[in-house]
Amino acid sequence: MKVKISLSVNGKSYERMVEPRTLLVHFLREELAMTGTHVGCDTSSCGACTVLLDDKALKSCTMLACQAEGHQVTTIEGMANGDNLHPLQQAFHEEHGLQCGFCTPGMIMNAADLLSNNANPTEHEIREALEGNFCRCTGYHNIIKSIQNAAAKMSAATV
Amino acid sequence: MICDFRPIQNSAFKIQNLFFEKAELQFSNILNQKKNFKFKNMVPSKVNYHRPSNIGEALELMSKFGDECKILAGGHSLIPVMKLRLADPENLIDIAGIADMKKISDNEKSITIGACATHADIARNEAIQKHAPMVAKAAGMIGDVQVRNFGTIGGSIAHADPAADWPAVLLAADANITIKNAGGSRTVDIDQFFKGLFMTAVEEGEILASISIPKTEFNANSTYVKMPQPASRFALVGCAVAVGGGMARVAFNGVCSTPFRDTNVEKAVVGGSSAADAATSVADGMDVMSDHFASAKYRKSMAAVYAKRALGEVM
Amino acid sequence: MTFIGKSIKRVEDKRFITGQGKYTDDIVLPQMTYARFVRSPHAHAEIRSVDISNAEKMPGVVKIFTGADVAEINGVPCGWQVDFINGETMKEPKHPLLVKDKAMHAGDAVAMVIAETYGQAKDAAEMIIVDYNPLPAVTDAKAAMEEGAPQVHPDVPGNLAFDWELGNAKDEVDAAIENAHHVTTLEFINNRVVPNAIEPRSAIGHFDTSNDKYTLYTSTQNPHLVRLLLCAFVLGIPEHKVRVVGPDVGGGFGSKIFHYTEEAMVIWGSNQIKRPIKWTAERSESFLTDAHGRDHRTKAQMAFDKDGKVLALKAHTYANMGAYLSTFAPAVPTYLHGTLLQGLYTTPLIHVHVNAVFTNTNAVDAYRGAGRPEATYLLERLMDTAALEMNMDPAELRFKNFIPKFNGVEEPGYQTQVALQYDSGDYHPVLKRALEMVGYENFRAEQKAALDSGKLLGIGFSTYIEACGIAPSAVVGALGARAGLFESAQVRVQPTGKVSVYSGSHSHGQGHETTFAQIVADRFGIPLEDVDIVHGDSDAVAFGMGTYGSRSLAVGGSAIVKSIDKVIEKGTKIAAHLLEASEEDLEFAEGKWTVKGTDKSVSFGDVSLTSYVPHNYPEGLEPGLDFSSFYDPANFTYPFGAHVAIVEVEKETGKTTLKRFIAVDDVGNVINPMIVDGQIHGGLAQGIGQALCEGTIYDDSGQLVNGSYMDYVMPRADDLPQFEIDRTVTPCPHNPLGVKGAGEAGCIGSTPAVVNAVMDALSPYGIYDVQMPITSEKIWNILNDDSGETEE
Repeated sequence: MKVKISLSVNGKSYERMVEPRTLLVHFLREELAMTGTHVGCDTSSCGACTVLLDDKALKSCTMLACQAEGHQVTTIEGMANGDNLHPLQQAFHEEHGLQCGFCTPGMIMNAADLLSNNANPTEHEIREALEGNFCRCTGYHNIIKSIQNAAAKMSAATV
Repeated sequence: MICDFRPIQNSAFKIQNLFFEKAELQFSNILNQKKNFKFKNMVPSKVNYHRPSNIGEALELMSKFGDECKILAGGHSLIPVMKLRLADPENLIDIAGIADMKKISDNEKSITIGACATHADIARNEAIQKHAPMVAKAAGMIGDVQVRNFGTIGGSIAHADPAADWPAVLLAADANITIKNAGGSRTVDIDQFFKGLFMTAVEEGEILASISIPKTEFNANSTYVKMPQPASRFALVGCAVAVGGGMARVAFNGVCSTPFRDTNVEKAVVGGSSAADAATSVADGMDVMSDHFASAKYRKSMAAVYAKRALGEVM
Repeated sequence: MTFIGKSIKRVEDKRFITGQGKYTDDIVLPQMTYARFVRSPHAHAEIRSVDISNAEKMPGVVKIFTGADVAEINGVPCGWQVDFINGETMKEPKHPLLVKDKAMHAGDAVAMVIAETYGQAKDAAEMIIVDYNPLPAVTDAKAAMEEGAPQVHPDVPGNLAFDWELGNAKDEVDAAIENAHHVTTLEFINNRVVPNAIEPRSAIGHFDTSNDKYTLYTSTQNPHLVRLLLCAFVLGIPEHKVRVVGPDVGGGFGSKIFHYTEEAMVIWGSNQIKRPIKWTAERSESFLTDAHGRDHRTKAQMAFDKDGKVLALKAHTYANMGAYLSTFAPAVPTYLHGTLLQGLYTTPLIHVHVNAVFTNTNAVDAYRGAGRPEATYLLERLMDTAALEMNMDPAELRFKNFIPKFNGVEEPGYQTQVALQYDSGDYHPVLKRALEMVGYENFRAEQKAALDSGKLLGIGFSTYIEACGIAPSAVVGALGARAGLFESAQVRVQPTGKVSVYSGSHSHGQGHETTFAQIVADRFGIPLEDVDIVHGDSDAVAFGMGTYGSRSLAVGGSAIVKSIDKVIEKGTKIAAHLLEASEEDLEFAEGKWTVKGTDKSVSFGDVSLTSYVPHNYPEGLEPGLDFSSFYDPANFTYPFGAHVAIVEVEKETGKTTLKRFIAVDDVGNVINPMIVDGQIHGGLAQGIGQALCEGTIYDDSGQLVNGSYMDYVMPRADDLPQFEIDRTVTPCPHNPLGVKGAGEAGCIGSTPAVVNAVMDALSPYGIYDVQMPITSEKIWNILNDDSGETEE
């Protein structure tokens, strides 16, 4: 039996009928055709599916779409403001924080959560914050630099 | 004999009411025996979804569906096993929207944590940090950022997973669990709550409502340490200690198939032993788990090392 | 305007950081169906029956195929033939698209369920009843060769796929070892690892009934090779009616080189049902079916004279092939491993012997480095162990044995004892630089001080060489490759002077769209944004051998340069005509042809336009400015480097912490330093992972016990330090860019450095050889057990 859900994704309201078993990540990818959020595992481990739910990082493979009823979801597609990249997106580009790009949306979304709680994290804090996100390409080295770069940019912008 | 300890799958077996010898806890073998089970999956089986607006409604739904329903709070324990199709409840009752159940209240003699409070809420709660630092510390060590943001304390302990971080902490904290049912509510002492591997005192038709942490001297002087299993980061060894007011409570996760308080160690601490001396007897005579991440011998030794470290912090 | 050598930010980033990347699973076609494979839960089992009757009645089911339906179709072939020492052809049992009578490993596909949705396909797959008769299984290569071991394939006695040897006469090597001052012997397992690209494999098959044309979208590192194997060897369908697209691919590390059965099934199936079929692996499926890496069981001996000069090396390896021979599998333990055992050293006598063995496990094939990490591990563990045994400094021991500098221009390359001729090398500076970065002079004192305060610090070295840029076709053909290993590139100058480049290399993270564009923009003297790199589509690109073996720049880049040269040559003719000058009087620089010594010039854009609007044009010259080239390299390239790890081992728990990692690599000339650094970083993490945490675990029944991210340990951000890297530059003498390749270096050098560092930390307790992955418990056992095995 399908149920009706209404939620906001990247600032836009959607109302859809879904099977209750639909995971949020599948809702985003298949129902809304937002394929920037990726699925890299089946055990809630890899973090490639990370989105923000009410500004908090969430593995969207570990929530049913209907649980997101009434909440605000932000995906990688919602990070840029028109042509203006989010500082994290800009920083990943500048610091070569991505290679194949598959883990990147999850990394950026998780980093957004980190920087909203801790504007100036240490390298150690960044590494700990990324413990729920796998990258197999970069050895994390440039991801760390990217997040440091974004933190500096965002701090400068708020001063 | 390999005893493969896999928290997610194992909790699935509990949800499936699969009974097994713990020494034979071999995931693949069990799956092979399970009729019609083919492979791990990413899409859960079909299910109906219900969102009660208060706990009364939730209890009504539960009595209507009997054993054909599961409570869904954050979903971070249940959904992983549903994805693997190791759990396939017909009805889900989502209680995350019930505002009362998320509250953390700082009372005169205790702190009451609603079952739907997230690990992250608990980790940053100032009253908890002050009156029961091990509770806040453990909350901050569960899973990863994403899991802490949405996983709930109630969902976690309802699974009574021995490798989860909560059981040892709540045992050490002398917590009380409030359970609601159609007839009202009842309170269970934490020592009576965990009934065995993946079994708790919560009966069919009941909802785990809140956890109460007494404001005691020992809770005010407490800590939690863990050696994580390197892949899942569940506790290979987790040790919670609370020492004060002439009391010592020392409890472990991950070491044996159920979380336990080690009264030998507690007695040694109360009797004036040093942290190092008190820790030498950890898990003596107990049936320590063994798997490909740690043999029983290593696990037991690490339990002693971590107990020594934890006691060192509070003694 | 120069771009070569600059850290240009990647042009491909924009789509990935905004969520616009297009991976195979992101593609949705009209009328698409979804597939789920039913896989054997047993490592070895007779299949008595497959009952699909209940499954067929499930909602949404379109079609179910079983082994019986595809029994007449060829299996997926092996692309490399290595024959037995006695000359017999290697054993190559059929790898069927779906197994019918017997499952050879856990994960072998038994049936394919196609339904309207993925959920429905899964629901139906659960209703298929397969009656298995489980058989005893064998997962270890050495055990599989023992008397009475389970037989994987009935027609492969003793499970031996082939045996192979290389090097000097065995009795000469034996005699040298017999008479040596010192012999270091190690027996070790190079642990089996799972590639774990974060994008799971995915494939979409589409048969277009309007023109009888097939399209395969697949997460592959080499679309053309997949097309060739699919058409010519598996399905027998016409190659010109098949298009293979490798869209954005989320990492490969080798595992996406190979042609897999699922690709053939979605293509064949789409013609049966006349609708597109999508299949995407779940992570647990990836663990069981993506070709694994390594899995060598080796005994090696290195003989020294009293001064520490290496006199001889002997190695024997059991190489686990898994249940079937994957695309490149036979080459990995042989031509990519045995041929590298010269290392950086002047060892005069070398003999290597390999047994390649079938087991009831998933196939093993090339994984980042492929054979070269195994060779490096063998050599570099021996070196550091020998240094400990002989009480010599491990760095000094290496300096003593390095091959002297050669540039391959003034003198020929260095001829090894194991077939290869190194192109150019200068080995002392990389180790010197690494020692400087470490602060080696002070390290031993720090180590001593740490020990006195109860801390175990260790330093480990690894100086490696690799053979990249595979490869000269004639050479690899002689060695058994069933394909050429050249590369193609087409440079199409558009009328407006914009340039489209069609490359047979495939980028899945390596940044080709930037690096290749840098070369083109640089050579033509045009803006970077005027160049577009097209890759990964067999309909767009003439041909390609794909990306692996650190070959894209050395081979694919060189093919681009050949086409660029042809464009400039023709452009010079057109420019000469326009400038009314002779070709010899023109020079081409900064995007224009100038008459030497004058200010008379014509721009690249003008020449381009003229070539397509040839109103005023040289007589007899064809219009257009569009050239294809095939580049077949003259030799492999030989990058090298020195890696140093510093670890701290915690006594109480045995936990190893990687404190520092220093890598000095020489990958030849560098086009984009930022991208090269990134390649090194990623390789280091994978190599360190193999040393410290990764590795499959099989139980006695042949089950992969740790086939999920809850069980298989991969490095996470908080397991690694920031890396300290630098490089030297020894250009490759035989390709036009002077480049050697950087994709695998990090993964090749790092593993033994880490293990050596741990062994160094433990050296106050004795000299040990601990098998990877070096878990805390293994170390703790040594530190807490007086009877620990000491390596003599």
